[in-house]
Amino acid sequence: MSLTNEQKEQNYAALNAFIEEHKNDRGPLMKIMQKAQDLFGYLSLETQTLIADALHVPVTEVYGVATFYAQFSLQPKGEHVLGVCTGTACYVKGSAAVLEEVERELNCKSGHTTEDGKFTIQATRCLGCCGLAPVMVIDEQVYGRLVPADVAGILDKYR
Amino acid sequence: MNMINLTIDGVKVTVPAGSTVLEAAKSVNINIPTLCYLKDVNQIGACRMCLVEIKGARALAAACVMPVSEGMEVHTNTAKLREARRVNLELLLSNHNRECTSCVRSGKCELQELCHQLGVDEYPYDGKKTESEIDELSPSIVRDNSKCILCRRCVAACNDIQKIGAIGVANRGFATRVGCVFDKSLAESPCINCGQCIISCPVGALHEKDSTADVWAALNDPDKYVIVQPAPAVRVGLGEEFGMPVGTRVTGKLAAALRRLGFDKVFDTDFAADLTIMEEGYELLGRIQNGGVLPMITSCSPGWIKYCETFYPEFIPNLSSCKSPHEMLGAVIKSYFAEKNGIDPKKIFVVSVMPCTAKKFERQRPELGHDGLADVDAVLTVRELARMIKAAGIDFVNLEDEEFDDVLGDSTGAAVIFGATGGVMEAALRTVYEVVTGKTLEKVDFHATRGIDGIKEAEVDLNGKIVRIAIANGTGNASKLLDSVKSGEKQYDFIEIMGCPGGCVNGGGQPILTATQRMTIDPKVLRAKAIYDEDEAKTLRKSHENPSIKKIYAEYFGEPNSHKAHELLHTTYTPRKKY
Repeated sequence: MSLTNEQKEQNYAALNAFIEEHKNDRGPLMKIMQKAQDLFGYLSLETQTLIADALHVPVTEVYGVATFYAQFSLQPKGEHVLGVCTGTACYVKGSAAVLEEVERELNCKSGHTTEDGKFTIQATRCLGCCGLAPVMVIDEQVYGRLVPADVAGILDKYR
Repeated sequence: MNMINLTIDGVKVTVPAGSTVLEAAKSVNINIPTLCYLKDVNQIGACRMCLVEIKGARALAAACVMPVSEGMEVHTNTAKLREARRVNLELLLSNHNRECTSCVRSGKCELQELCHQLGVDEYPYDGKKTESEIDELSPSIVRDNSKCILCRRCVAACNDIQKIGAIGVANRGFATRVGCVFDKSLAESPCINCGQCIISCPVGALHEKDSTADVWAALNDPDKYVIVQPAPAVRVGLGEEFGMPVGTRVTGKLAAALRRLGFDKVFDTDFAADLTIMEEGYELLGRIQNGGVLPMITSCSPGWIKYCETFYPEFIPNLSSCKSPHEMLGAVIKSYFAEKNGIDPKKIFVVSVMPCTAKKFERQRPELGHDGLADVDAVLTVRELARMIKAAGIDFVNLEDEEFDDVLGDSTGAAVIFGATGGVMEAALRTVYEVVTGKTLEKVDFHATRGIDGIKEAEVDLNGKIVRIAIANGTGNASKLLDSVKSGEKQYDFIEIMGCPGGCVNGGGQPILTATQRMTIDPKVLRAKAIYDEDEAKTLRKSHENPSIKKIYAEYFGEPNSHKAHELLHTTYTPRKKY
């Protein structure tokens, strides 16, 4: 989702307020980064620089943390976040082919966002509903017992 | 002081509390192998090369971070340790790009040396290699991560010592790499090109952008008139590349070697250091007398200049407008010298030999040139010059001393001390004192300006006018000093800042000492001593007494800060964004 300038300003105001409140906590970096990720959906260089300057650490340190943990994203997320489970059960039941079909259908690789900003594709770990394997989740909606032929129809609902 | 007693390999040791096992061992001449440890820079216990056995401890301990305790019994040389260290080393080698024969650090690589020491004779864990991603967009520094062993010494030098934060550690596991944010090149980062990362690196992952090919090409071109100039600190560093002790003065051999390499003229940046004192000294007096911007801050160090432009742009009006000395000499060569000798300046190729990697970046600044010609055409580090001397088959150690060429090779003791922190300040004071007071300065040594403290300050009485001075070396210290000026806590008239800790004697282009050498040898101290010895050995020790300086003002510039001087010897600065 791309933010309007107004939303961006509001987000930065909220982030600055959060930093002000927490910058003297012990080990404040992670929680401030998590807040920024919640607000913006990802951590841009601009956002990371703001956090670094506020905490008086090099931006390379913020970037180091952002790239160490999978929970942080460096790229904007699409309007819809689509996860294909590649946990053991789903994998055995053919989720690799489902993921491949998603990538082909959206012309976008896993881990990236489509050019139109509609979808972000992720290959996820186990989503906890192995009985439905193989599973795909779009936003909060779960789709189970999939075969590659199901993919296009499901995606159409979101396009 | 609270002292601690322990035994290491059966030897009784008494050391101050807070010492590490590594330091305690060193004090009784027991060498424990290290790799990520670098005295005063990096002490993180990451590489596990310095493992020791401590009686009663469950696991092996990293000596570089393990504090001594009373009655501790340490073993550094057991079969178990030798095996553990060797396996650690083999694992480090498993994804190392082992192109040793063509590596710039071959023969001076700490990893290679450890392999010899610990008897690594095979690669049992040969596996996937870190991809070679060479960043060579910076005009100063090249990074090749396929040789990086992730010791983080460069990161500590950049972040903790210099307070730049251009590089850090990103990603995790096998993908872990040292670099800039968002995979940017150093050229697109706030890097100030100081090269402190290079002289901290134990392997060949970092080196200067090589300019030797350009210089060889110029030397081989019959149409080019090739002129060389070495900086003050080169003459106290170069000898180390040929096995001479740290702090050996090799001025005469340096001049001889440069002549043998085939340069048409062997001039000396020291001449331009004297010229800088004239220009900068008069600029300071002008600012004091005419209510100009104070404190005035020196501008010789291009690492410091980029730091100022990037991190403290509000101090740009405080910067002296003087070009750095080698740029001044380049400008003088392509104007005064060219005119006098009837040489087309387009055919002149000026090579600066510098203890510095930031000078390579500085050389490319568009404002440093005249009539479309750059003042300086190539910059070599001390290490690059040594490589050229070796390639030319010159037996450096046995060379007879020679002199620099006339006029633009003449200098005073005031010029050579530019190479050590506080030197520019001291040289300026020697001249400014005499200009202001009209009296002869009997004691030319200003001890308050000397030594390797990060920040020094003093007051100097110039005929009743008290001039408040401060000196910082290393941009981390410069940052502290500038913050105290910004907050109004401190007031000064004149500040000297050098980008590297210790000044140019410890520049990023100087010969590299290993971490083991740096445990007992401080190049900042030894090379600075050589610099001051060189000063004392000079007959003339004040810039304004240099007869060639008098001559060039009489024949060409008229007087310091004249219109012509401004045109050729002064420059401008630009605020820069970090990203």
